[in-house]
Amino acid sequence: MKWVLALIAALLCAGAAPAFAVDASPPLEDPVLQQRYLGLTHELRCVKCQNEAIADSPVEIAADLRREVREAIVAGQSDEQIRELLVGRYGEFILFRPRWSARNALLWLAPGLMLLGGAFVGWRIVRRRGALLANDPSTVDSEGESS
Amino acid sequence: MKALNRFVLPLGGFALLVLLLAIGLRQAPDKGIIVSPLIGKPAPALRLPLLNEPAVMLDAAETFRGRWYLLNVWGTWCPECRYEHKALTEISQRYQIPVLGMDWKDDDAAAREWLQQLGNPYEQVVTDHEGRTAIAWGVYGAPETYLINPAGIIVHKKVGGLTLDIWQREFLPLMTRSGS
Repeated sequence: MKWVLALIAALLCAGAAPAFAVDASPPLEDPVLQQRYLGLTHELRCVKCQNEAIADSPVEIAADLRREVREAIVAGQSDEQIRELLVGRYGEFILFRPRWSARNALLWLAPGLMLLGGAFVGWRIVRRRGALLANDPSTVDSEGESS
Repeated sequence: MKALNRFVLPLGGFALLVLLLAIGLRQAPDKGIIVSPLIGKPAPALRLPLLNEPAVMLDAAETFRGRWYLLNVWGTWCPECRYEHKALTEISQRYQIPVLGMDWKDDDAAAREWLQQLGNPYEQVVTDHEGRTAIAWGVYGAPETYLINPAGIIVHKKVGGLTLDIWQREFLPLMTRSGS
C-alpha cells in the first residue's frame, strides 16, 4: 500500500516540476522586491496566451514583460506605477484584477447584488410559507398529525 | 399576482441572462484581439538600428515627420508574416505609403535573406532584438501594423496579417478623411 502512495507522490511531483521552470531569471536580491515581483507577475495577464499570468507563461513576450516589471521595480517604481505603465500600452485587459471604476462597477458589485437578490427571494419564500402555516388551523394544535 | 411571481420573474431573469450571454458571444471573435490604448495617442519613441547598417540608428519620428507611414512588425520566425508579405508589397507600391519594418526578436542574417528572397516592401527596416521598443508600442504578436499620421499620432492598428481588403476597408478611409 505504501508504495502506491509513494508512486502517487512521485507522480504529483513530476507534474509540478515544470511549473517552477517557466521563470528562469534569478530572484531579486532584496526579498521585499522579489515578493513584489512575484505579486505583479502573477496578476498581470500574458497578452499572447491570455489565460495565463506572465509568471506562468513560457512564451517570449511574457519573458519580456517580466523583464519590464523587474526593471521597473529595481528602478524604484511603485506597483501602481508599473500597472499604469503596462495598462497604457496593452489596456486594462492586462490586469487580472479589474480596477474599481464606473465601467467596472457592475462587475465588482454583481456577486453582492446576486447574494442580496437570493436572500430577498429566500426571505419571501420563508415568509409566504409562514403565512400559509399560520392560516391553516389543522396544523396549529398537534404537530405531525396534520390531515 | 402569483402567476407573475411564479413565471414572469424567473422567465424575465432567464431572458436577461440570455441577453447577457448573447452579447458576450457576439463579441467573442474579437476577444483574442487587444484593442490598443495607444490609438489616438502620439506614437512612442522608436530609435533602433537599421537592419542593413546596425551602426546607424533610425529615429522614426524624425524620418517620417510630416508623412503618413505604416509600422509593420514582423520576424522570419512568424509564418503569418510570410503570408502577409505579398499584400504588404502590393499596398506599399500601389498606394505609395512608406512602410517602416520592425524586425522583432529576429536574427539579422535570416531577415536579410528573407528580404532578398521575397522582395523588400519597406522604406526602412530596423531591428528590435530585445523587444523593448515593441513593448513600448504594445506589440504582442507579429504581424502587427500601425498607421501613423503626419502629426505622429497612431491612427489605427491591425493585429494579424494585413490584406489588400483590410487595407482598403480599415486603413484607407482613415487617411482620406483626415486629409493632410
